Amino acid sequence: MRFMMLMLPKGYETATPGTMPDAKAVAAMMKYNESLQRAGVLLALDGLHPPSMGARVSFAGGKPKVTDGPFAEAKEVVGGYWLIQVKSREEAIAWASRCPASDDEVIEVRQVQEFSDFPADVQDAAAGFEQMQTQGGREA
Amino acid sequence: MTASDTHRAIEAVWRIESARLIAGLVRMVRDVGLAEDLAQDALVTALERWPESGVPDNPGAWLMAIAKRRAVDLFRRDKLLARKHEELGHEVDARQERVVPELDDAIDDHVGDDLLRLVFTACHPVLSREARVALTLRLLGGLTTDEIARAFLVPEATVAQRIVRAKRTLAEARVPFEVPRGAELAARLSSVLEVIYLVFNEGYAATAGDDWVRPALCEDALRLGRILAELAPEEPEVHGLVALMEIQASRMRARVGPSGEPILLLDQDRARWDHVLVRRGLAALARAEALGGAYGPYALQAAIAACHARARTAAETEWARIAALYGALGQVSPSPVVELNRGVALGMAFGPAAGLELVDALRSEPALAGYHLLPTVRGDLLAKLGRASEARAEFERAASLTRNGRERQLLLDRAAACAREAAAPAESR
Repeated sequence: MRFMMLMLPKGYETATPGTMPDAKAVAAMMKYNESLQRAGVLLALDGLHPPSMGARVSFAGGKPKVTDGPFAEAKEVVGGYWLIQVKSREEAIAWASRCPASDDEVIEVRQVQEFSDFPADVQDAAAGFEQMQTQGGREA
Repeated sequence: MTASDTHRAIEAVWRIESARLIAGLVRMVRDVGLAEDLAQDALVTALERWPESGVPDNPGAWLMAIAKRRAVDLFRRDKLLARKHEELGHEVDARQERVVPELDDAIDDHVGDDLLRLVFTACHPVLSREARVALTLRLLGGLTTDEIARAFLVPEATVAQRIVRAKRTLAEARVPFEVPRGAELAARLSSVLEVIYLVFNEGYAATAGDDWVRPALCEDALRLGRILAELAPEEPEVHGLVALMEIQASRMRARVGPSGEPILLLDQDRARWDHVLVRRGLAALARAEALGGAYGPYALQAAIAACHARARTAAETEWARIAALYGALGQVSPSPVVELNRGVALGMAFGPAAGLELVDALRSEPALAGYHLLPTVRGDLLAKLGRASEARAEFERAASLTRNGRERQLLLDRAAACAREAAAPAESR
């Protein structure tokens, strides 16, 4: 089964554009990433620029409305993620527990939905979504 | 945390740590069997203590410290090994004085080398193929004997015995705990790759039983392959094998129908392929090729798989390129099965008659005598040429040869379709 480990760094919600983690933290994190890779569990990972460089699109009243970041109401935001392939929820938690995260960081461990998790009617409805994923993958 | 939560947490720790633990212990005690016993003892201790104390911050180091202490106790009892005891005792006593993180760093320094040595030991040619598979899954995959037995549909006692015998054979043959060098490396590496691919294939197209695929076994093989790619990053064929497995695994959810029946490559809904794995597979293939390994047998097979992965629809498949790649594969590792596949590709690229010409020549091949895919392929080509009753006989023959229940049904269905076509008047075809 696949899990996403979402890194939620406190304070990132107000970080100025271009904010980067310091070199020492990156070095420790690289070592951790390597340990995931060496164990054969890491499928993908990415770090995200702060929300101040992003935007939110909301849909109140059925119409998209764009708000540029930072977002005053956001309490926690995603700073990055790891996608891992493991045997159990416990194994995913064990890996998250090994992360050299700092006092103000939280990792949220979430299982990736598999197509087979859905009931038949949702599978039918989701068929188009999977196609999008595949095409996105090919173009990337 | 409840007791069963803790047990599951310990299982997870075991899965993450056991290979490193065993590898480190083999380096100390120079005996795979003893090392595994020591690791198991440490696991038992964890199962006793952790439900109360909680899982320690550094569970790997904790287990290693316990196992090393056991090793020292054992050696102390054994007067014959007095010299080794002194060495070991000194090492462990000194380390016990220090803090745990340092111990972990010390293990980390060797862990890559030790794991690679353990891979080569578990896949040593002195062992039978079955023994290599069982030992690799057990020592490096962290699978229990029961899990291995269920994966291969054999009684647990058989697997247990296989593992015991394998460990004894390794001890008796005095197989050194080392990474082979020079000319020996290539042959030994191919034994390792063969074991991993065997595990993958048993999951991907089960040779026996009622399930067409066993995804857990594929995942175990992929994990082993990815680990090996990190341990031996300069070996192009390791990346070739990983590429092949990633791309094949990407089709896993597309190749089984709603009631568990197999769906063949060209009939698969390509939207259901797993793009994360496709991308990883193509990257691994590029790595193999960048290391000069484009013509390795696994890299060539991966390149063939990549042709399918890149085609948006079955009709867009570059069959001529696939036929050429099979030609190259036949040069580096000649095999009637490769020829058979080349026949399929030729049939697709240049018409069924071209394929059939090659496939017919393979009918006298003794190695393919009981191989169900020969009549399957021949049946397919004959059906395309409109020779329905000949095709039917081939599909029925193929059905009688496969040991997989799901595949047998698919073949019988095709035979029945051919029978209907043969019976139908010509104008309705």
